[in-house]
Amino acid sequence: MPQPIVEIRNVNKSFGKNIVLRDVSMEIAPGQTVSIIGPSGSGKTTLLRCINLLETYDKGSIKVDGVEVGYRNSGNGSRKPRGEGELAGIRADIGMVFQLFFLFPHLTARQNVMLGLVKVRGKSKSEAGEIAEHWLDRVGLVDKKESLPAELSGGQQQRVGIARAVAMSPKVLLLDEITSALDPELVGEVLLVVKRLAEEGMTMIVVTHEMTFAREVGDRVVFMDGGLILEDGPSDDVLLRPSHERLQGFLSRLNLADILEHGL
Amino acid sequence: MQAAIESLPYLVDGLIMTLVISFLVVSISLVIGVVMGTGLVFGPTWLYWPIRLYSDFIRGIPILVLIFTVYYGLPALGLNLDNFWAAIAALTAFKVGHVIEVFRGAVQSIHHSQTEAAKAIGLTFWQRLAFVILPQAVRRFLPPWINAVADAVKGSALVSLIGVADLMLDIQKVIGRTYEPMPLYILGAIIYFVINYSLSATSRRLETRYSYVRE
Repeated sequence: MPQPIVEIRNVNKSFGKNIVLRDVSMEIAPGQTVSIIGPSGSGKTTLLRCINLLETYDKGSIKVDGVEVGYRNSGNGSRKPRGEGELAGIRADIGMVFQLFFLFPHLTARQNVMLGLVKVRGKSKSEAGEIAEHWLDRVGLVDKKESLPAELSGGQQQRVGIARAVAMSPKVLLLDEITSALDPELVGEVLLVVKRLAEEGMTMIVVTHEMTFAREVGDRVVFMDGGLILEDGPSDDVLLRPSHERLQGFLSRLNLADILEHGL
Repeated sequence: MQAAIESLPYLVDGLIMTLVISFLVVSISLVIGVVMGTGLVFGPTWLYWPIRLYSDFIRGIPILVLIFTVYYGLPALGLNLDNFWAAIAALTAFKVGHVIEVFRGAVQSIHHSQTEAAKAIGLTFWQRLAFVILPQAVRRFLPPWINAVADAVKGSALVSLIGVADLMLDIQKVIGRTYEPMPLYILGAIIYFVINYSLSATSRRLETRYSYVRE
């Protein structure tokens, strides 16, 4: 295995008495797409949010491209939270797409994509504008570039959200249930964009409820329950031949076997 | 009526003074209030509590008490402001309390998810504030703030009580000569109203300009 781009080691996290992550470890190789599935409350979204430190983690380590995300080791073995500037620099290399899009409502589609390029990457407005248009074109929205988010459908907003994240050329892209808030007929257009990114070698961690999508897009599927990783392996093995009892239960509740065999 | 029209030239200086006081109070309190509001919303606890106390306290006392305290009270502590600057200081101190609260409300009305989205593309705290939070908060800040500005214009009439030659004092001077209070007070009311009405008209225009959906 090549040097992993994301290395998660023994990460623990609790909200008060509620333990949400227990000794979670995984490695993701460059270009790999990993889908994380599991019931609500299994800790999958929290894990994703820990990777760019939208949540802090209590114990363990998360490294992206060899750099510990949240903390700096201070000589004597204790660790110190990173400062605002350092953290911003690290987050700039980690893209994130949110369930509810979270576009900046006061900016046009184009400006949404440009903001990070100009303010974080230090690109000129004209260069950033070109990159933004390139990515809006890639997600099929170049004709909507001057639209405000309120003027776009959910699927279109989510595609702008993807363009905004990808335009920063992140080392890894985090997708947090990006189709859960969409009307069923809009899911396809968003998943298509993600599939193309996967084919082009973007490293992605995908938290999803779409099992068929997890299987199609991901090389690998991770099943989490109760803050633990219970299965981690090639998509077909995990989804078609689940060994863990709880995964079997989870999948049968989703009636997955049917869907996989006969399609939707 | 005749008296009111003839008295207009005598009110010009006072009107200018009222506008100058209002302008100074509004701009100084805007700057200080936004800075303190930022401290209140985003600052650490040691910054939060003094600002919280200041804002609650200052908004809880009558503005006239504040003006008299600054003008008649502070000299005892060795701080001697003339009536103009005492008026500016008192009105500003009062207005800062409102700006803090209006700012807090506007910023907190922006959903936390906007901060997360801004963090995710690598913006630092000040960048998030400048390019994501404040541009959105402006729309919610303007209407109550312009109300506060109108209050400042009205409140400025009180400074005539410490002898600042504002519109109110000029009106009273004219009344002192003509013994015709009614037309003059009505004239004064109209002038104050015109100023404040144009402010609220501006407010409505700005609100439209800052809305996210184009009309």
